[in-house]
Amino acid sequence: MIAVVDYGVGNLFSLVSSLRSIGADAQVTSEGEALRAADGIILPGVGAFADARAKLRASGAEGVLTEEVQKGKPFLGICLGMQMLFDRSYEYGVHEGLGFIPGEVVPFRLPKGMKVPHMGWNGLHIVRDCPLLDGVKEGDYVYYVHSYHATGCEAHTVAVSDYGIPVTGVVARGNVYGTQFHPEKSGDVGLNILRAFVKIAEGGR
Amino acid sequence: MLAKRVIPCLDVKDGRVVKGRNFTGLQDVSDPVALARFYNASGADELVFYDITASHEGRKLFAETLTAVASQVFIPLTVGGGINDLSDFDRVLKCGADKVSVNSGAIADPGIVGRAAKKYGDQCVVLSIDAKRVGDRYEVFSKGGRVPTGIDAVEWARRGQEEGAGEIVLNSIDTDGVKRGFDIEMLRAVCDAVSIPVIASGGAGCAEHFLTLFEEGPGADAGLAASIFHYGEVDIRALKAMLASHGVPVRL
Repeated sequence: MIAVVDYGVGNLFSLVSSLRSIGADAQVTSEGEALRAADGIILPGVGAFADARAKLRASGAEGVLTEEVQKGKPFLGICLGMQMLFDRSYEYGVHEGLGFIPGEVVPFRLPKGMKVPHMGWNGLHIVRDCPLLDGVKEGDYVYYVHSYHATGCEAHTVAVSDYGIPVTGVVARGNVYGTQFHPEKSGDVGLNILRAFVKIAEGGR
Repeated sequence: MLAKRVIPCLDVKDGRVVKGRNFTGLQDVSDPVALARFYNASGADELVFYDITASHEGRKLFAETLTAVASQVFIPLTVGGGINDLSDFDRVLKCGADKVSVNSGAIADPGIVGRAAKKYGDQCVVLSIDAKRVGDRYEVFSKGGRVPTGIDAVEWARRGQEEGAGEIVLNSIDTDGVKRGFDIEMLRAVCDAVSIPVIASGGAGCAEHFLTLFEEGPGADAGLAASIFHYGEVDIRALKAMLASHGVPVRL
């Protein structure tokens, strides 16, 4: 079973539908018992960092998440869920992240004429082998929507997209994975990424 | 580099897809879920659904249709039609929409764009504009392009951006249904005034019109069309391959 963490941030409909469409047993939950029983955990998220972080704390799930990650359970953060994996974010102030991957989240400083948010389909440039990208080829397009991006995480960066600057697209450190884009909105390429995560999770049973 | 997008638009009435010609003479084409799957498989970058039903019963059918599409098709979905207040945003977002397009609703209550952007994020709010040449300017029309509003389209786009719209769909009533190409001139006027993405709509009659749009157009991010895709006159995969061969960045 794949647990999708429900902490009152954003719409989980597409993510859960996409997981079910690839045959995964997805369960939306913030219960400690379910998170402990899961083969893998997905942390979604849209909106503002500070608000999402406060809601994650308030959900009571954070302690269990940290324990399970430390035990080696496969964990995937998506979009804002990926941003929360880092040490801190500078979105409207300075906010502490979960600290699973070294790095920080900063506003875009882009060449003139580039629009923020970075929204739309962009190609992936794969810089490091990673089982999460087993079904992904160099140059495959994925769907992004974000105004802040991760930096200082080069040692754990798996793929980037070119938006005037290299934008961190996929990160991995041990059992912890993150995608800045939305695999649940990235067509077949996105479904392949979710399939790979499910395979990683089920392989760890 | 971001890809230029090709977007089929599906007008939905009572759970079925229809396509108007100059907004009248609607004709039933096909099943929304089947069409959505077909377009996803053929490389559409996004799907737009316009609910052209007015009745409560039709709204319910639309919600069911949208939920069915969103549970099977995993590319961005934009929904428009009948969006007049925040509860309408809520209603379609719950069914799996990613972006909500507001048109007449914003003309009746311009504050809706700002309120929605604040609640759901800029990326979620699309300002859809139906405009037509009147004298030496472009005028916004409401109610599916039937009612002149006296509002200048370029000003309206600029104001939409200020309020927090994340994207603009510019539909030229002059070129819509005529199939002689997008309204590059009108597009240029609007693109010059805003920095958010602009989606060109109205007038695509063949694949080359998309090439003209992206090569000669003033920075349009996407081209939207309906009938040429529905009737199989243009295959999206072939269209994108052609665009790529001319150096236009597209998702293949």
